[in-house]
Amino acid sequence: MNKVQFLMGNQAIALAAMEAGVNIATGYPGTPSSEVLETIAQNADKYDIYVEWSTNEKVALETAIGAAYAGAKAITTMKQVGLNVASDPLMSLSYIGVKGALVIMVADDPGPHSSQTEQDTRSFARFANIPVLDPATPQEAHDMTLWAFNLSNQLQTPVIMRTTTRVSHGCADVTIGDISKASWDIEGFTKDPRWAIFPKLTAQRHPWLENLQGELANIFSASPFNCISGNGKIGIISSGISRKYVQEALGHLGLNVKLLEIGTPYPFPEAKALEFAKGLDHIIAVEELDSYLEEQTLQLVGRFKLPARVLGKIDGMFPKCGEYNVDVVEDGLQKCLKYIGAESGIKTPVPIVEAQNIPSLPNRQPTLCAGCMHRTVFYAFKRALNGISAVFSGDIGCYTLGNAQPLDMVDTCLCMGAGISIAAGLQHAQPNVKHIAFIGDSTFFHSGIPAIINAVYNNANIIIAVLDNRTTAMTGHQPHPGIGITATGKPTAAVSIAEIARSCGVKTAEEIDGQNLKACTDAIKRVVEVDGPSVLIFKGPCTNLEKSDKHYTIDEQICTLCNYCVEQLGCPALFVIDDMPAIQSTCAGCSLCAQICPVDAIVPGGED
Amino acid sequence: MDKVTNILIVGVGGQGTLLASKVIGRWAMNAGYDVKVSEVHGMSQRGGSVVTYVRFGPKVFSPLIEKGQADMVLAFEKLEALRWAPYLNEDGIVIANTQEIMPMPVIIGADEYPPDIMERLNTMCKRVLAIDALDMAMQAGNSKAANIVLIGAMAKMMDGDKQSWLDVITQVVPPRTVEINQKAFLKGYETA
Repeated sequence: MNKVQFLMGNQAIALAAMEAGVNIATGYPGTPSSEVLETIAQNADKYDIYVEWSTNEKVALETAIGAAYAGAKAITTMKQVGLNVASDPLMSLSYIGVKGALVIMVADDPGPHSSQTEQDTRSFARFANIPVLDPATPQEAHDMTLWAFNLSNQLQTPVIMRTTTRVSHGCADVTIGDISKASWDIEGFTKDPRWAIFPKLTAQRHPWLENLQGELANIFSASPFNCISGNGKIGIISSGISRKYVQEALGHLGLNVKLLEIGTPYPFPEAKALEFAKGLDHIIAVEELDSYLEEQTLQLVGRFKLPARVLGKIDGMFPKCGEYNVDVVEDGLQKCLKYIGAESGIKTPVPIVEAQNIPSLPNRQPTLCAGCMHRTVFYAFKRALNGISAVFSGDIGCYTLGNAQPLDMVDTCLCMGAGISIAAGLQHAQPNVKHIAFIGDSTFFHSGIPAIINAVYNNANIIIAVLDNRTTAMTGHQPHPGIGITATGKPTAAVSIAEIARSCGVKTAEEIDGQNLKACTDAIKRVVEVDGPSVLIFKGPCTNLEKSDKHYTIDEQICTLCNYCVEQLGCPALFVIDDMPAIQSTCAGCSLCAQICPVDAIVPGGED
Repeated sequence: MDKVTNILIVGVGGQGTLLASKVIGRWAMNAGYDVKVSEVHGMSQRGGSVVTYVRFGPKVFSPLIEKGQADMVLAFEKLEALRWAPYLNEDGIVIANTQEIMPMPVIIGADEYPPDIMERLNTMCKRVLAIDALDMAMQAGNSKAANIVLIGAMAKMMDGDKQSWLDVITQVVPPRTVEINQKAFLKGYETA
């Protein structure tokens, strides 16, 4: 029985995977993808599904591949930069294929809101020769996920479900079907040379892979997820959420326009596109990120010698960068219509409050939370290395926010796990400066370990500071191998970061209370003198996860109004009212301000 | 209602804007509308300026609201009300929580928190409602229910049927917080 629920796109994908009878779900957290695996994990026991947070996306994909080799239905989830980590198995997998079913859910982040890149998984799918589906709404995300499992199973190829932030984190009413317990009546792994990739096998499989692309293009051309509507001499081709912006903009247009909505960007549904393009004078491509559809359309027009002129990003009608919305799309359409010489009926409403009538407002960038242990550790490094020339290599996680003033403790940040290797490279190039690498606990397990082994092996004289708040905080507090809890909340072995560091050959690997400023400062001063790589593991709670009932207050009789606490720490709970420092109710009781107050004016107490 | 209603929920990451959007979205779905809500998770939830878009009507395409299009700006923090005011349409309503949360440049003395936000809003916008949602939430039993106080004020401004909102609160909030949240809703509703 179908029923309607108000769902986030990521929840809709998760429910569809469960409707499809998914056996195994793996992933690594990453905004905006994380809720897919979280939703399946919440339902794992009920529907007999195996769910894991893997150490990284490569491991997650490989685990899902193994399950699919055995004939299971598998899904793996990650954000777009996670696909880069998983690209090694992905590129080979396209030649090998799968047996059960494998859906790779990848969330892109135009903008970006919460990412290092604005990469486009549609282009990645073309590069890897793997079919990609590109929904525009939570309902389509649901329906396409169901189809992705079928396609994967029938054609023995992995299928990528690509979303963007506005689909993954968009909520809407979604019609869903029944979910039953996963069937574990699977064929099992059968020994066959097809599973072991060798150059000879690759050479044999490559023609299969290329033929499959043609077969898929035909299947896609017949799919209702690619549809033509409207008529006229001007055509618009669009995919993903941009389709919805186009539809809204068309509501304001007084023109006949033919629209091709693409739900399956790769392999490009050429026959459908040809049907659309015939008889058109102009084709406008509207898409976020890469000019993927535009290039496909240009190829089509060139090969079939069609008269249509193609307009899009390449000639500057639409922006190449950033997230789109209806305004951006209307603006681009206006430019195209002007070029074509067609009338445009789009009227941009004038806002009642003009932006220029608003004074310049203080920025409100994300900050480390009040009570965050990272602040104590960053401040300890600042104190301990006072006067010593040092470079601080950061990494990906909440602690990247240590870059802001007044802490200013992140000099580099590139990708997951890069902090340690970059610090080592900097040290080999510039040995007379201290090099410190900060890495979080989940990131340490994700991709920090090979860099530590490399630092030991090649004797990089660096300090590695592990900020261990015992959770994957930024993405919503997922568990990881260090804390002894699985994705479904069951107890498991906890892997010790200190023991890993020691077994990698690190001679000095200490655990320190990350909320005790003196202990942190003393430990840093000790390892500054050590030759070779050393690892300090700062342990403390994530204040978002372990709510403290402690609170501090300022004794107005003692406070000298020096504002040292406010200016040094950048704590969101501390600010000055009428020249007097004050602690707000958001105080989490970490006591860092009390530990640095020159006159001990900050004491436990105040609001609960 | 044959046009699309656009509501912008703005505030500071961690203030509970996501739950508020769920309540409104669910209410609109129960009322039979096509609903689109767009949230932002991840980094900005760590104390950054956050915005959630809620749109409902007979047919909604885009999940986003453009400048000059919002029927209502529901601001969980005063400064954010001013920041997002250009999104209001001609008859747009601002409901602003009077709570002030200092941005980091203000905390460290590099910038100033504007002293005249309500005056500016009152001059520029047709309808502005300022309420101390934090205080009302505390009266209802928990400061965290400030988001539901604001929903209460919004429901009244939308001429909504009170009971339909109370029902949605029961469906959306954690069971043990239903009573406090319903109280908070009524406080907001009665103020508006």
